[in-house]
Amino acid sequence: MSAPLVDIRNVSHRFGQHPVLKNVSLAIEPGSYTILLGPSGSGKTTLLSILGGFVTPSEGKVFIRGEDCTSVPPAKRPTTTVFQDYALFPHMSVGSNVGFGLRMQGVDGATRAAKAREALALVGLAAAFDKKPHQLSGGQRQRVALARALVIEPAVLLLDEPLGALDLKLRRQMQDELKAIQKRVGTAFVHVTHDQEEAMALADHCVVMNDGRIEDEGAPERVYARPKTRFSATFMGESTILAGKAGDSRDGRVTVTTGLGSISLPGRSPADASVALAIRPEHLVLGDVKGDVALGIAKVSDVVFQGSFKRVLAASTQDPALQFIAKAPASAAVRAGDTIAVSCNAGDIILLAD
Amino acid sequence: MRAIVRIAAWLYAIAIYGFIFLPVVMLVLFSLQATSFPIPPFTGPSLRWYQAVLSDPRLTSALVNSLLVAVLSSLASVTLGFLSAWGFARFVLPGSALLRGLITLPLTVSYLIIGMGLLVLFNWAGVPKSLIAAGVGHVVINLPLCFAIIYSQMGDHQINIERAARDLGAAEWKVLLMITVPVMAPAIFAGFFLSMTFSWDEFVISFLLTRFDTTLPVEIWNLLRSGLNPKTNAVGSLVFAVSIVLVVFFELTLLRRKPA
Repeated sequence: MSAPLVDIRNVSHRFGQHPVLKNVSLAIEPGSYTILLGPSGSGKTTLLSILGGFVTPSEGKVFIRGEDCTSVPPAKRPTTTVFQDYALFPHMSVGSNVGFGLRMQGVDGATRAAKAREALALVGLAAAFDKKPHQLSGGQRQRVALARALVIEPAVLLLDEPLGALDLKLRRQMQDELKAIQKRVGTAFVHVTHDQEEAMALADHCVVMNDGRIEDEGAPERVYARPKTRFSATFMGESTILAGKAGDSRDGRVTVTTGLGSISLPGRSPADASVALAIRPEHLVLGDVKGDVALGIAKVSDVVFQGSFKRVLAASTQDPALQFIAKAPASAAVRAGDTIAVSCNAGDIILLAD
Repeated sequence: MRAIVRIAAWLYAIAIYGFIFLPVVMLVLFSLQATSFPIPPFTGPSLRWYQAVLSDPRLTSALVNSLLVAVLSSLASVTLGFLSAWGFARFVLPGSALLRGLITLPLTVSYLIIGMGLLVLFNWAGVPKSLIAAGVGHVVINLPLCFAIIYSQMGDHQINIERAARDLGAAEWKVLLMITVPVMAPAIFAGFFLSMTFSWDEFVISFLLTRFDTTLPVEIWNLLRSGLNPKTNAVGSLVFAVSIVLVVFFELTLLRRKPA
């Protein structure tokens, strides 16, 4: 097996007494789009700063292309960063901004200008070469920052909440463009965000972080469909969570006792362990019992029309503390105050250790 | 009643501005006197006293000395002020607040005290009285000023800009010269021009620390000892004109900053 492009080994970091990263290990493959996803304070930005060389970890090592880069300064390591506030040089033209890294490498003026133009064309801003950063819109500045970081052909491009300052529409548009650009240049991107939609849309490899640890990592489809921890199930999309106690595991199936009765589902768990069952909103069936697991009767508390679907919140009549979150078709005739049967398929239930 | 209040307000304003500017107006007016005494009646206008000033080798060499001291001491003040502001803004130093207080302290000390202190110090160290000694004195009074102006403009938003430059491979001195200095240029120029203004018409320190070659304010003082003369008015007007130009530059650079 070839070594990964970036290998983060057992990295811990403290700010003063406060631990922000706790023994984090992560491998990044060449050409991949990695997303570090987590709430604020989860340590994802610190991890990115450690990759970029702006922070030296208290413990652990960082290898890039097999070389120990743990305490190599940012100027000397093969990474570049796209900062959240873009950090363009306000006194230089867009062309000089993009050419800055090449200038530092001693590339001559003509080659520099040609490469800068090429990089600007890549991000669709060929016409902005002679403009000053303050003449550009937020989205355009973002692209200049991207071109500036890409033009020196880094081994890894680091993006610190790059879309955070953009409005929603521009955000979705830039998101598509980022993915397209990454595919075209083939550079490994590491992107920090707290937006799970952004994470699912962009990532080849999604890393869910919480409280200084990696909770779950893998393909976004896997992380969404089969999250490894309760945190990752709730942070990456919504779920209905049923608390329960595991019974016997037999033939690849386990029986869990919950407030709604016993539920048998595929999986295994130590007997008598506390577990949580998570069900994604699109897997809950409302109305006539169609799924093979009946979840009792619920009273609809709220219906939110979302355009292509209706988001339904309902409280279980058997266990009022249990809140169902379901996704109904836009045409469904469900209304607040209705009493309906809820069911699902055993295969769609996610078994989580609690 | 309203009209009276308005007229009174106008009269008041005229009195205030008259109080401030009449001496300067008199100085400039009688520098244009045609006869030998700068007292009414006005007999000009005539440029004969300006001609006399510019053909007086002592005054012209003092003028050149003043310019040299102003430019060089301001360059030194602004360079040192910038570096200390950068150091305080970018690095965590032990006792940072105390040190910052100390560096701006000379702003509150009288020029006379600073001048006498330097005189004693230079005497003890065997440094002769000279333009260089006066220049050092001007750095002492202007460095805190440059520091205060530049430090106040050095915000956190430039930190990421400097980081970006470092990230793209710039060595630390290149980050300073190619990024921080240009980004801070308005504050740096403002500090430079204000230092020039203060150095240009500073008298006490120059008087105490120079001997044979001296600056213009000291030379004017020498001239005044032999009595009033339209020539003193003319040279005073020249000093005033240069100060005005410097202050205008200062205001333009500090107040007309482009949004970042």
